[in-house]
Formats: sequence, structure tokens, C-alpha cells
Amino acid sequence: MARVKLDNYVVPAAPRLGFKGWLRWIWRQVTSMRVALILLLLLALASIPGSVLPQWPQDAAATRNFIAENPFWGPVLDATGFLDVFGSAWFTAIYLLLFASLIGCIAPRALHHWRELRRPIAATPRSLARYTGAGPEAAEVTVDDALGRARAELRPRTGRLGALTGYRVRIDRRKDGSVALAAETGHVRELGNLVFHASLVAVLIAVAYGTLFTYRGQAIVVEGRSFTNAVAAYDTFSSGSLFDPADLDPFTLRLDSLDAEFSDTGRPLHFQANVTFTEPGEQAVAETIAVNHPLESGDAKIYLQGNGYAPVITVRDASGEIAFSGPVVFLAQDAAYTSTGVIKVPDVTTGEQLGFKATLYPTFLEGPFAVASIHPDPANPVIEMLAYTGDLGLDEGVPQNVYTLDESQLSPVQDEDGQPVTLRLALGETVELPDGLGTVSFDELPRYGAFDLRADPSLPWLLAAAVLTLAGLATSLFASRRKIWLVATSEDGTTVVTGAAYAPAHDTGVGTVLERALAAAVGRAPAPGAQEREDA
Amino acid sequence: MNNLSDLSVMALGGATVLYAIAMVAHAIRLARVADDKAAARAAARETVAVGGPTPDQGLPVAEAPAASSPAKRAAKAAGIARATTFMGAVLHGVGLVARGIDAGHVPWSNMYEYTISGSFFAVVAYLVLQRKRDVAFLGAGVTGLATVSLGLALTVLYKDVDTLPPALQSYWLVIHVSIATIVTGIFAVSFIATVLQLMRDSRDRGVRWRGTRARWLEAVPSAANLEALSFRLNAVGFVLWTFTVMAGAIWAEHAWGRYWGWDPKEVWSFVIWVLYAAYLHARTTQGWAGRRSAWLAIAGFTALIMNFTVVNLFFQGLHTYAGS
Repeated sequence: MARVKLDNYVVPAAPRLGFKGWLRWIWRQVTSMRVALILLLLLALASIPGSVLPQWPQDAAATRNFIAENPFWGPVLDATGFLDVFGSAWFTAIYLLLFASLIGCIAPRALHHWRELRRPIAATPRSLARYTGAGPEAAEVTVDDALGRARAELRPRTGRLGALTGYRVRIDRRKDGSVALAAETGHVRELGNLVFHASLVAVLIAVAYGTLFTYRGQAIVVEGRSFTNAVAAYDTFSSGSLFDPADLDPFTLRLDSLDAEFSDTGRPLHFQANVTFTEPGEQAVAETIAVNHPLESGDAKIYLQGNGYAPVITVRDASGEIAFSGPVVFLAQDAAYTSTGVIKVPDVTTGEQLGFKATLYPTFLEGPFAVASIHPDPANPVIEMLAYTGDLGLDEGVPQNVYTLDESQLSPVQDEDGQPVTLRLALGETVELPDGLGTVSFDELPRYGAFDLRADPSLPWLLAAAVLTLAGLATSLFASRRKIWLVATSEDGTTVVTGAAYAPAHDTGVGTVLERALAAAVGRAPAPGAQEREDA
Repeated sequence: MNNLSDLSVMALGGATVLYAIAMVAHAIRLARVADDKAAARAAARETVAVGGPTPDQGLPVAEAPAASSPAKRAAKAAGIARATTFMGAVLHGVGLVARGIDAGHVPWSNMYEYTISGSFFAVVAYLVLQRKRDVAFLGAGVTGLATVSLGLALTVLYKDVDTLPPALQSYWLVIHVSIATIVTGIFAVSFIATVLQLMRDSRDRGVRWRGTRARWLEAVPSAANLEALSFRLNAVGFVLWTFTVMAGAIWAEHAWGRYWGWDPKEVWSFVIWVLYAAYLHARTTQGWAGRRSAWLAIAGFTALIMNFTVVNLFFQGLHTYAGS
């Protein structure tokens, strides 16, 4: 029995691919148009879960809820990156492969384009029968005059710029006595194509650069208060891995007032923060920050991202000492600015610590079954609150959310019937707490502004890359790629000119150019009827 | 409700009716032109039998040698279609302008307004195209789409005028959203050309629909010419869509302090961009040119409609005011 040979004996000289060969094969696959196309489709497909499922970077709270509510699928989707699609390994892999494919495609094309620009254009084909034709037409001119006029009509420009934007023309005297003119345009189309793709790479680089050096912080400032730009002063702060906190410009921002206008129906009309902005060593300047109108400071911008009420609350303890006094930031829960907030009073002189869960109704209205705010303006501001006594849990050193009360070691203050007491205060009122625990007053109702500060040094680069992308794209799609040929022969003193043109099927303007060139050659006005190529 | 609101709604209602008439007239014209061609072909067969020249296939013949009756009726239907489409567009424009004056801002700040302005731009794109070359075969599709969108807008999506919320008080509303709305119109016209291309192509391959051969498809140009037409429109649309996305990013940087945050609307704008980019590549890829690339263009338009409907209505994001 013959030994089974795995080698391909049909082609004995077939080379083995080897390591380098395989690498070359993989590279060829990656840079092929078909793979690029599949990667593009994968990119579109892979993006969709990012809009359907909650995403960590966009909405951490919703994502946490989603995982909690789906004990099986939540963790599975989380582990496989579906809850952070645009930071996931597979999404990154797709776009990096796509960019590798793009570079592998355009680098050789750029080289080819450069060579092509320097090469003379091809001569007129021997037979024009294959192409959209025009003529023949006769005229009483010399062959050279005819083609000279056609050449002038096609406006060839010299130099490299001419090669890009105009028709390049060559004229050959053929052996059979005829003279042939070949004109070509369309290099600018390929140039646009190359610029477009290269600019996409530039966009990616600019985004990466921005990610490394950007920073953003959020701070809430109550009317009449100031904020100093330092990492510690922000409520939240995040930055790129190469950002240096010492780079923060140490300005001071004072919120003088916050204007919030609403229509009669409570629809927001306009929000504006009037601030005093002081840079170190400079005069203080009055500025305004509004939605769609950030304040620029150096390389950073300050945005007004939200607003609300921060009622000034004073709490006196059992011995009549002020245990707490100041504005408390309440978060709006609905369009009528029904807002909730928490007051924590750890520093009481005697007894247990106090805590309050409060709801503010800017325009309070009491109905038969419920209370509500009917307008976001403070026409009749009322705070309702539940009081708690016990241990606030602040002494363990664990950072606490300022908007929630840890009720694990607290008990609600109750009346004689053992029901939790709801305290109700209008603006300017003071109420007594049961059991001689003290008093609570609602003194003032200032607004606050929630500000975002952000700097991204990549923005000018990103804009430049985007503009180039758009310019390259428009050029690559709208510039035409055409070839025009005219062949002139001399017959008994008259010159007979035949024309032909070649362009992609969607180019309907090429017929006009051919007609103009032919008309110029034979010395007549171009026919208006030949404006466009027929639809057949 | 006031006079301007009434005027706007009445003008748009009138436009809907005129578009519906135009759609029927366009459809009749297609059928007549196809009849005419069949008659011309029958006549030509006789001529060929005696050695005459073969007629030019695929050319929309207006001056057929024989059977003047379908040709005449086609011309009559074409006249009615042209007039009603044009008058519909005028009324549509009046309705849009009245809405804008009434609201005190550009009429594209909520779904009702996007729908009435997007369908207007689709009709305008068709009329502009019609001035340059004969694209009457797209008329039935364009007016049909306009009828449905306007009808839906007036019956389901209607919202009384309201002031702009602070987030939309920016000149970028004019730049970003107007281009987005115009591009929707252009992609819609291109979508109709692509659908016709696929149907014509299927017919040329001998596909039958419920036993019929859909003879009216003879009245539309060849699949290759339809492809060229939809490519030109898609190229314009793609450039404008790129601009829309970029302008949106600049506005987002201005308003929200970040140029790109993968908000659902942004995700879908990206998906649309990638799909049309894939379409443009597929056109020039062997094995993908023709039908497959046409399907990609249809996928792109479907994503555009998704972005406008499903994303507005069901997904939570920063663009939520679009759904109101």
C-alpha cells in the first residue's frame, strides 16, 4: 500500500506559506475591501446594544438597577462588556482592525497616487467605438487649430496644481496621419479620498490625545457663595491618566444670582447664572453662564448644567444652641421642582444626633388627598420633613452620600400615638420638635447652580481633523473623473473631428464637456440639447 | 389656537390631499407609459420582421410611434401629477412658514415639526431634481411618502406651538437640525430610487409578484441608471449627514460640555453614518455592487427612520425633548 502523502503532489512546487507568508496573507485579508466592509457592518451592529442596554459611563445608576433586576443576564452582560459597549474589548478590536485596514489600504494608494501625478497621461485609445461618442464633424480649419482650440476649451493648467484640478492634455501625431488629443481629469477625486481617510485617522488620534489629557469636575454653588478651582473643591472630579492636577487654573467663581424663568404653565424658559469671576492677580469680572452659553476660562469651559433650591435651615438643639445653620442642596424630582434633601445634625450639645428627610414644595398646594408643588417658582414655598434621632453613622470615617440618610441607627421622632411626626414649615417659620428636642427654622430660599468645568486640549485638533474629513469627503464624492478624446484627420483640406468620453455611470455632466470640446474644435456654438447624457 | 395655527394646519391638510391626488396621477402615468412601451414594442416587432431597426430599450419614450391613446393619457396624468405636486409643495411651504411664525422659532423642534419639515424637504429635493432631469418615475413614491408622513403628523403627532426649552435656544438648532431634516428628505428620495432599482432588477431577472410581472416597472429606467441616480443622491446625503454629525458634536460640546457621549441619538447617528459608508464601499467592491449595496442603502435609511421614531420615543437620552 502506498503511503498517504499529505503534500499536494498535483502542484509539487507549491510553496509553503511559512510564518512570514502567513503574516502577509493576514495583512492582505485585513486590508482587502471585503474585510473592511464586513468590519464596517460589524461596527454598526456592535454599536446598537449601546443604545438599547443601560451603559455604565452614561447612566451608572440605571446600569446598577439593571444588574440588580436581572440576576442572571445582568452579570453576564456586564462581564462580556455589553454594559460598556464603547469601552469593551470587542468594540475596540473592531475599530482598531478597521483602522489597520484603512491605513493598509490608503498608504499604498497614496504612494500610487503620487506616482500617477508625475506620470504622463495615457495616449488616446486606437478605437473610440467602445465609448460614448460625438461627431464626426467637419470644419474648414487645420488639424492643429482644431485641437488647439479644444485644448484651450478644456483649460489645461500646468504644474502640479493643474494636474490636480484641471484637465491634463496630451496631443499625439499618429502614424496614420491623424492627430489625437487625450484629456484627463479626476486626480483631485483620489486626493480627496486619501485626505478623507487620513483625516479619520487624525480624528482617532485627536480623540485618544484628548482622553489622556482631559479633565472634568462638577460643583454645586449656592447663591452668594464662592467656589475655588481645585480638585478638592469639586463634588466629583475625573481626569485623563496624563492630567496633572497642578495644571488647574486657581480662579474663584462667586454665584451672585441665578435667574430661572418659567412660563405660567411651568415650562422652563431661561436659566442664567450671574457670576463674579476672579483669576489670581486680576480684577474680578462679572460674567453670565447660561445653557448653551458656557464661560471660557483659559483652556477650560464652565457650563451651567442644572439648578435647584438650597433652603437655609437652622436647627437649635434641646439647650437652645445653634447646632446647624446653612443652605442645604435639594434635588429637584419633577418639572414643578418638588425637591428632596437631607439635613444631618451631628453636633448637638446634649442628647442624640438629629437627622431630617425633607421635601420642598416651591408653590405648595394642599389637595384633599395629597400635597404637591404646582409651579417651579417659589410662590408659596413649604418644606415638609420627618425628623430622626440616633446615630447618623458619620463617625466611622466612611464617606456618605449627602443626599441620603443612613437610617440603620436612627429612629423616627414620634408623637404621643406612636406615629412619625411630619413637620411642616413655610418660609420664615420656626417649629418646635416634639419631646423638647429643639427647633427647626426655614430662613431663606436661595437657588443653586450645578456647574461643570471641563478642559480638553484636543478640541482644536479635533475640529481641524473634522473639517479636513468633510472637505476630503466632499471632494472624493463630487469631483468628476473623466477622460475626453478627440481625433482629428485631414480630408481634402477639411478637418474631421471625432470625439469620445469615458466617465463613471453616475456622471451625467461628461456629455456637456465633450460637446463643448468638440464644438470648440470645429468652431461652432455648443448645442444646448446635449446638456446631459441620456438616461438609457 | 389662533389664526396662524389654523392657517398652518389647513395648508398642511390641503397639501396632504393634493399629494394624495398627485400620487394617484403619478401611478396612472407610470401604468400608461408602460402600456405605451408595450404597444411600441409590439409595433416594433412587426417592423423588425420586415428588417427595420430595433427600438432603443429602456428609454422612457414620450413620442411613441403607435398607440397615441395611452401616450396622450400618460401626458394628461403627468400634467395633473406635476400640477398637484407643485401646488401641494406650495401649500406645504405655507403651512411650514405659518407654523414657524406662530411658534416664533424654526419649525423643527419636536417630532410633529420634524415630520412636516422633513417631508417638505423630500418633496423639494424631488422638485429640484425634476428641474434638472426627468425623474417623474419617482413622483408616486415621493408624494406617497409625503401623504403618509403629513397624515401621520396631523393626526397622531400634532402638538400646539410652544416656546423652546433652554437646551434648544441656540443658533445650532438652525444649523444642525435644518441640515439633518434636509438630509432626511434627500435620503428619502434616494430610498425610493433604490427600491425601484431593486424591483426593476428583480423584474429583469424574471421575478414575478403574485403572478404578475409588474409591467409598470417598464416605465422606470434600467436598474443601472437607478443605481447611478440613487448614488448621486446618497453621496450628497452622506456628505450632509457627516456635516450633521459634526455640527451636532460641536453643539453638544457647547451645550453639554462633551462633543460625543454615546447618547442613543448619537449611537444611531453613528450607525447611520457607518451603514452609508459601507454602502459607498460596497458599490465599488466586487460581489457587492448592485443588489447588495442597494440593500445596505436601504438599511441606512431604515436606521435613519429608527433614529427618528424608535429612538425618540422609547430610548432615554439627552435628546428626549425630540419626542415631545
